[in-house]
Amino acid sequence: MPHKPQNKEIIVNSPNIAATFEIDFTRYLDPAGKLLKELPAEAKDPATLKSLYRGLVRARAFDTKAVALQRTGRLGTYGSSIGQEAVAVGAASAMLADDVLVPSFREHGGQLWRGATPVELFLYWGGDERGNSFAKAPHDFPNCVPVGSHALHAAGVALAIKLRKEPRAVVCIFGDGATSKGDVYEAMNLAGVWKLPVVFLVSNNQWAISVPRSAQSAAQTLAQKAIAVGIPGEQVDGNDVIAVRTVVGVALQRVRKDQGPCVIEAITYRLGDHTTSDDASRYRKDTEVTPHWQEEPIKRLQQYLTTAGSWTKADEDKLLKEINEEIEAAAAAFLATAPQEPSVMFDYTYAQLPADLAAQKQAVLSSLSANLSQAAE
Amino acid sequence: MSETTMVQAVSLALARAMTEDERVIVLGEDVGVDGGVFRATDGLFTRFGADRVRDTPLSEMGIGGISIGLAAGGFKPVAEIQFSGFIFPLIDQINNHASRFRNRTRGRLQCPMVVRAPCGGGIHAPEHHSESPEAMFANIPGLRVIVPSSPRRAYGLLLAAIRGSDPVVFLEPTKLYRGAREEMLDDGKDLPVDRCFVLREGRDVTLVAWGAMVPEALKTAAEWEAKGVSAEVIDVATLKPLDAETIINSVKKTGRCVIVHEAPLTGGFGGEIAARVAEGAFSSLLAPIERVTGYDTIMPLLKLENVYLPNAARIGKAVDRAMAYA
Repeated sequence: MPHKPQNKEIIVNSPNIAATFEIDFTRYLDPAGKLLKELPAEAKDPATLKSLYRGLVRARAFDTKAVALQRTGRLGTYGSSIGQEAVAVGAASAMLADDVLVPSFREHGGQLWRGATPVELFLYWGGDERGNSFAKAPHDFPNCVPVGSHALHAAGVALAIKLRKEPRAVVCIFGDGATSKGDVYEAMNLAGVWKLPVVFLVSNNQWAISVPRSAQSAAQTLAQKAIAVGIPGEQVDGNDVIAVRTVVGVALQRVRKDQGPCVIEAITYRLGDHTTSDDASRYRKDTEVTPHWQEEPIKRLQQYLTTAGSWTKADEDKLLKEINEEIEAAAAAFLATAPQEPSVMFDYTYAQLPADLAAQKQAVLSSLSANLSQAAE
Repeated sequence: MSETTMVQAVSLALARAMTEDERVIVLGEDVGVDGGVFRATDGLFTRFGADRVRDTPLSEMGIGGISIGLAAGGFKPVAEIQFSGFIFPLIDQINNHASRFRNRTRGRLQCPMVVRAPCGGGIHAPEHHSESPEAMFANIPGLRVIVPSSPRRAYGLLLAAIRGSDPVVFLEPTKLYRGAREEMLDDGKDLPVDRCFVLREGRDVTLVAWGAMVPEALKTAAEWEAKGVSAEVIDVATLKPLDAETIINSVKKTGRCVIVHEAPLTGGFGGEIAARVAEGAFSSLLAPIERVTGYDTIMPLLKLENVYLPNAARIGKAVDRAMAYA
């Protein structure tokens, strides 16, 4: 884990100072689940911690099932969030229902927390647009695959919220690689100038496919990119779900009071491949990965809860059974979902189907019905 | 009634749209106090305030992306891109997001937004200020691409673009901002954004053009009338989605087709129209389809721009070639 940067001391020693900054780092639980300082008031209730634990376990169960479905040819390419579940779950747990989550594509835990169903997420990754319907999270944006381009959407929807003077907030999550992109900078800069109600959460999992964090930016921290646009930036232990929830929660309180946006860099680690199409052994050694298994978020919280006397083997068994049943049922429902009518690809292209497209749609319908009658013969 | 220039018509449409729908937000570089570098947003800042007429940082990709978030969040942004060569950073946002939001969320989120940008040459502007990128945008499904050719059509088409629910790229020919003027009413009437306009009826040849090439085509038609050639002139106006039917029906009648655009020849939208005409009016064609376009060169700086740009004389030569087939 990175240490708090020394920038302040270095700059303060300089004879001519134009500006100074420091980047805070927050952590409550060490990798072994030992409490390092008093829990914040919002996290003292064991019920809260147990619900966070449930969110993490549910995310991992979903990831595990999704990878299994992909490996057996029943899901498309899939990006697992294994090891970094606490970032999205922690953030989502700090949000309110009317807030807006603008995710990248590895935030399943947060999406599930906010009401997207496992069936919807399976549908999306299985190649069906209906998976982005998010019936129970109607404000949330769909996944964003072009890395970092959604940071601007977060700023835009935050502007919409601000113009309507609503007490809502936006959380945008992207990875370490995204912080190298111009659109992310433009989003942070616009948000700073217009004091928009948005929290930019960097899920720094140390790898952008094969490019390590050290090759991504010469900046000492990614959080300090906030400083350049005049908004606060800080780090949090992204494998400590309590810390993520607390730091994002404080940021959201500021945002709701119209005190401006911020950048939070959550330090985590991608334990798995980039996606099911990736083979991380091509570019990183197991010896690098192995120690990070000692820092992962689920075991950490489980150990804390167990030591605190809030969690038993029976609790664990009951939770796993319940979640596995939910995910298995969702997978079955996904597999049993009838495919969309092929011609639906035309129907949402424009508000109303233009004549030109109507002709193309008709051609598809005719060729399908021709195929059907051929098959019937 | 006094005459209105095209840039004034754009301002009138923006003011009208902002008056009738408080969700309409104008944003861009220097669109506020300055009223836009071409003055298309002149007076809006004073009338509607800084919340709704927003100067952005110098951030073209940002303007595109933030408009998407605003639109998905319930507003109707009308973004201005300052000069034609500065629109290219938006292609990512428009192609990957604005045009897809409705489809990929099965209608849950939409992007009713308009990106206005100047286009084309002919005003001796600096480098990167005279581009004609319409074909690049016309290749994007889910987008409407509109190029007005007169004050009245700029007004009516822009109003329709803003009132609609689809993302629109609205390209305004700089040459016509002050070069085109006519009497018109600020009557709030919009024009269809899925139709071509037949501006002049004729029997012998169909001239198909858009933007600043429309006045050139009309000029050719008037001059060639004296030579006994009756030319029909179609302003395509909305390139995407294309009203191919109007063009095909015209060529079925005239048997000849000359397509005119400023953008380079290869991959230009004229190729698409030529293919549609070949498919839809093949048996009526009396002559090969002609294209009069910019060359496959870099848009020249101002000293040579008039060599590059098609004009009435070049269009006339194409008409002569087509008419040589009896």
